[in-house]
Amino acid sequence: MKNYKIIVLAKQVPDTRNVGKDAMKADGTVNRAALPAIFNPEDLHALEQALCIKDKFPGSTITILTMGPIRAAEILREGFYRGADDGILLTDRAFAGSDTLATSYALACTIKKIKDYDMIICGRQAIDGDTAQVGPQVAEKLGIPQVTYCEEILKVTDKNIQIKRRLERGVEVVECPLPLLITVNSSAPACRPRNAKRLMKYKHSNTLSKRQENDNDYVEGGLDSYLTIKEWSVNDIVCDAKQLGLAGSPTKVKKVDNIVFQSKESKRIEDMDEDISGLMKELIASHIVG
Amino acid sequence: MANFYTDNPDIRFHLDHPLMQRIVALKENNYKQKSEFDYAPKDFEDAIDSYHKILEIIGEICGDIIGPNAESVDHDGPVLKNGRVEYARGTSENIEAINKAGLMGISLPRKYGGLNFSIIPYIMAADIVSRADAGFVNIWGLQDCAETINEFGSAEQKQAYLTRVCKGETMAMALTEPDAGSDLQAVMLKARYDEGRKTWLLNGVKRFITNGDGDISLVLARSEERTQDGRGLSMFIYDKKSGGVTVRRIENKLGIKGSPTCELVFKDAPAELCGQRKFGLIKYVMSLMNGARLGITAQSVGVGEAAYREALAYAKKRIQFGKAIIQFPAVYEMLAVMKAKLTASRSLLYETGRFVDIYKTLTHISQERELTKDEKDEMRKFQKLADIFTPLAKGLTSEFCNEIAYDSLQIHGGSGFMKDYPIERIYRDARITSIYEGTTQLQVVAAIRGVTTGAYLAQIQAYEKEPIKPETESYRKVLIEMTEEYEEAENKVVLMDNHEFIDFHARRLVEMAGNIIMGYLLLLDTQRDHNYWKTLEVFLRMARSRNKANAIRIQFSNLNDMGKFRFE
Repeated sequence: MKNYKIIVLAKQVPDTRNVGKDAMKADGTVNRAALPAIFNPEDLHALEQALCIKDKFPGSTITILTMGPIRAAEILREGFYRGADDGILLTDRAFAGSDTLATSYALACTIKKIKDYDMIICGRQAIDGDTAQVGPQVAEKLGIPQVTYCEEILKVTDKNIQIKRRLERGVEVVECPLPLLITVNSSAPACRPRNAKRLMKYKHSNTLSKRQENDNDYVEGGLDSYLTIKEWSVNDIVCDAKQLGLAGSPTKVKKVDNIVFQSKESKRIEDMDEDISGLMKELIASHIVG
Repeated sequence: MANFYTDNPDIRFHLDHPLMQRIVALKENNYKQKSEFDYAPKDFEDAIDSYHKILEIIGEICGDIIGPNAESVDHDGPVLKNGRVEYARGTSENIEAINKAGLMGISLPRKYGGLNFSIIPYIMAADIVSRADAGFVNIWGLQDCAETINEFGSAEQKQAYLTRVCKGETMAMALTEPDAGSDLQAVMLKARYDEGRKTWLLNGVKRFITNGDGDISLVLARSEERTQDGRGLSMFIYDKKSGGVTVRRIENKLGIKGSPTCELVFKDAPAELCGQRKFGLIKYVMSLMNGARLGITAQSVGVGEAAYREALAYAKKRIQFGKAIIQFPAVYEMLAVMKAKLTASRSLLYETGRFVDIYKTLTHISQERELTKDEKDEMRKFQKLADIFTPLAKGLTSEFCNEIAYDSLQIHGGSGFMKDYPIERIYRDARITSIYEGTTQLQVVAAIRGVTTGAYLAQIQAYEKEPIKPETESYRKVLIEMTEEYEEAENKVVLMDNHEFIDFHARRLVEMAGNIIMGYLLLLDTQRDHNYWKTLEVFLRMARSRNKANAIRIQFSNLNDMGKFRFE
């Protein structure tokens, strides 16, 4: 039985699902301080697909790769708690301000460095940018096939993989040779919960620079310990500096509009009988239903 | 997205109780296992942090999976197929999530794959799971039975069965029979040693067995021929893989419908003896039951929490006569009393849990090395407290749970009577708490000893001596008054020197003692967090008037009363 080497691409994002009044700053940018940083939801669905393969082929390994600031190590820990074997935090000032092109370039260079893999799985898109571009661009840069909108990985063999895709108007089952890149939809099964023992084992894991701040911990675990999260900088990968960060990002934000729904456009209805019957009367009166 | 742990600061508050330092140090044997297991804590802070984080996982699973599944599980229920139980779809999903998260064997030793948590976080988990689905907590909470194997089983049995429980296999305890309910001495299921097969074989019928088709069962059976009483009973471990037991029927119940209550037929079912022969009822069941009673106390608190939250949410959004009904005194008074009963129940639950925790852990340590004199004294002290607090807590919190559920449905009005709101299910689920693992009436029989021996009074006096902030002195005055009233009532009853008279008034005396104890616990909670003062106020007003009513009832009672009440 073959064991698969799986890379999961994940992103730490501000939780935009429950935004309060202070979600945006006056200048129209996201107020990251007001929004908790979370594991991008569809990337969790991607991780679950990877974990399911590992369930079936127990010798398989899952490495989570994320690019972001030091605090993004948190999502690597979240991955460890759920069953990931390894994690790489790609972090450097040189990557700051990357758009999807520069991001996928940096990720592709990192994956070339990792070299040995059978599949790359990532979420369809992140909830902060909603572009759905990074996955496909990484595949293009690596020159491997891609299968997008995956809902379920049906079958894996040494040579190829069978995937169910959820499209707007139906379902499509495709086969594709390995290695490949897969982007996963939110209609795929939710990620399993964190495992108690794994949480207790990995909760003290951190990047080397963070661990060095706390000398006890650093001395105790040593450098090679599973408690040290791999932290790669621009010097750890082979790349063209001009294609990184702001310099490598042709996307320029011209203007951001802060849209606030006015009360005249929306109306709040509680799930109470009188509210619902009021709404029904309104809809019947305006001939929307009836 | 909901998290039933992080949205409930009352639970965290008890996790931060000062006694936790001692409890965790004992349980972790001064953090010796940190070099042996990568998930063992290195110090107290590390252990509490782990408890906190694992409770967060449980809270998340309850908020996202178990809670949302509760309605369909109640509707679908388990079904009987070819003598086997098939869980409702939601139940299977719950079990899968719990197992992936590794939440079985929470309090079992690490060498068997357990988490080695102290009893307090385990009880907290039960509190949280009960709020999500009172039926599911039974299936999950039967991991309690493993504690009995851990305490009394052989080394081989521990290795064989505890490891399986930690991996997610479910358990059952098969005690009750058609003619042996509260009176377990009447158990007839026969155990016979077969010399040829070199095993015990079980034959007979068990009834009302929660999760009866579980993977590993503890079975109480009559191993001694020609005996009639409890001394002829032994405890057995039955492994479902051995075969020989079929489920004849799943009961159709009022509540906790997701939890399969089974009638089991044993036909030459092979089983292993657990512990010593003849000690089944008198030693092991008593231990098993004490654990189970603490579990039902947690269930009562969790279900009460669910009922209270439903009532609060409904009262805030239901508009009548132009305003939310929570603004009407008739409604907010009810809600405040519900909250007071709930908070007091929880404080009593965790106080009892702490007593059990310390004495159980010291018992385990005593099996490995001799305890020092101080430790022995400590063990005896907490064992005594655990023994009197367990029936008190189970009896009173399950009654409070029912009162809270009743009032919650009442606040919902006609809507609460319909299946449209969760309270309809919660109300039905609450009903069992004061019945199983010993009815309230049986808890009172156990608890009355705490009254007559003065054990409750001694503990009340210990609480009275605790240092408190001057601004809370007035509450202590009230409690001292209530204590005097209780002593007077107790004296009056005991001095009659008539057993029937004591039993006649037992529930009143037990309730009076319990109210004073809960009052003190809330007073002590208020010392650590001033936000509890309002709950304390409300509780004391209710408790004081209830105790007064009980006191008057006893004051104007004499031996002739029994004749007036008795049925011929």
